[in-house]
Amino acid sequence: MPLDALRTPLHALHLSRGARMVPFAGYAMPVQYPDGLLKEHLHTRAQAGLFDVSHMGQIQLIPRTGSLVDAAHALETLLPIDVLGLAPGRQRYGLLLDATGGIRDDLMVAQCGDTLVLVVNAANKVADEAYLRAHLTGICEIVVLPRALLALQGPRAEAALARLAPEVAAMRFMDVRAIDLAGLPALVSRSGYTGEDGFEISVAEDRAEALAEALLSDDTVRLIGLGARDSLRLEAGLCLHGADIDAGTDPVEAGLSWAISAVRRRGGAREGGFPGAERILDALAEGPARRRVGLRTEGAAPVRAGAALFAEQAGDEAIGRITSGGFGPSLGAPIAMGYMPIGLTQPGTRVFAEVRGRRLPLVVNGLPFVPAGFKRA
Amino acid sequence: MLRFTDEHEWLAREGDVATVGITTHAAEQLGDLVFIELPKVGARLVKGEAAAVVESVKAASDVYAPVSGEVTEVNEAAVADPALVGGDPQGAGWLYRLRLDDPSALDGLMDEAAYAAFPK
Repeated sequence: MPLDALRTPLHALHLSRGARMVPFAGYAMPVQYPDGLLKEHLHTRAQAGLFDVSHMGQIQLIPRTGSLVDAAHALETLLPIDVLGLAPGRQRYGLLLDATGGIRDDLMVAQCGDTLVLVVNAANKVADEAYLRAHLTGICEIVVLPRALLALQGPRAEAALARLAPEVAAMRFMDVRAIDLAGLPALVSRSGYTGEDGFEISVAEDRAEALAEALLSDDTVRLIGLGARDSLRLEAGLCLHGADIDAGTDPVEAGLSWAISAVRRRGGAREGGFPGAERILDALAEGPARRRVGLRTEGAAPVRAGAALFAEQAGDEAIGRITSGGFGPSLGAPIAMGYMPIGLTQPGTRVFAEVRGRRLPLVVNGLPFVPAGFKRA
Repeated sequence: MLRFTDEHEWLAREGDVATVGITTHAAEQLGDLVFIELPKVGARLVKGEAAAVVESVKAASDVYAPVSGEVTEVNEAAVADPALVGGDPQGAGWLYRLRLDDPSALDGLMDEAAYAAFPK
């Protein structure tokens, strides 16, 4: 562990629970606890997992005019989503784009009444803050919130959190509420990164441990490390920025066209007006040349990120590459995601990945690998 | 005779055949194993070259041949159930056996006490 690794407010809790700590995005983070990744993953799918995601960035945009419309308009110049139309107490997934339509970061935007609150990736939070300051400072005060973030995920998450605050049971997927949890003021969203129903809970740093202990006192709730967080999101077909999406991929080829709101598309009321708009609206109209797909191996050997993909067992020309790959504990089999030429993206298409000098057969699979358990209704 | 390498493998020698596996420390570091690839019986292994692959959910790791020799047997039970290696790495989770080119090659490796003291 680097000596200057940052610590989350739950550092002492992780150590006391036997976590193995690893460096991640400048932080010392728990990769797994004594149960191990497989059990942690399966526990989250069956019961409820508690994740420390305090390394993520929480950034508040406060409109200088006092009118949220101004902040929403300003943020729409950076993201291809409908921020103006976001109702109070709702959040939306968004992509920060660069001038060529590449993806700088992916994030959540929550409409919190008189402010917007963004949750951004840990590895990008410093760059995101600088980018937001460079573009929005005239219109918004930009405040990096010194708060912890806990994710409670899984089919028992609602019952476990409702013990502290019964009103969370009434929340739907992507709702956001300011709620008192056992006397602790918290900002709760019904969202996550596992494909399960669940919540993300933002609390003051000095109350994070008390909240974690209160949640862990429910015997359906266990601490889950970053290792299982990654296998859970991969099974759910969710992108990891820096792996599946980055400045070299655009939203259309990444299969994230749903994150381009109708009002920002051609013919929409606020068409374009975001970085890379021309290219991305063209790509939406014409369709992409390549697309992100799910892949399952025919054999038992996992295929990892970086592996080159080939149409044939023999040919020289790589047609794509794996961007995330590993083992899906809920499927008991290796799974991966990668980019393929559009003609080879139909489920059932057979391709090959080069692993240790050999070509291993893979089959294109629809995403997600494991159906989502979101509470939409 | 039990010997250990600084790559966290163990070797148990009987005559000119050694059984090879990964140490308990290595298994703990790797975490839950989900896939194992072993050399073919009859393959020649050269000291320092990749002999096997063990894969956890997160990552693939090479296991290097600690000494040179010819593979005489592999642990098919561990291939069928990689969890065997994580659960009992220095027993039922052995990886392969090889006929040593030079049985004295093990003399330079660590014994149990030296490996216990080896920084991990």
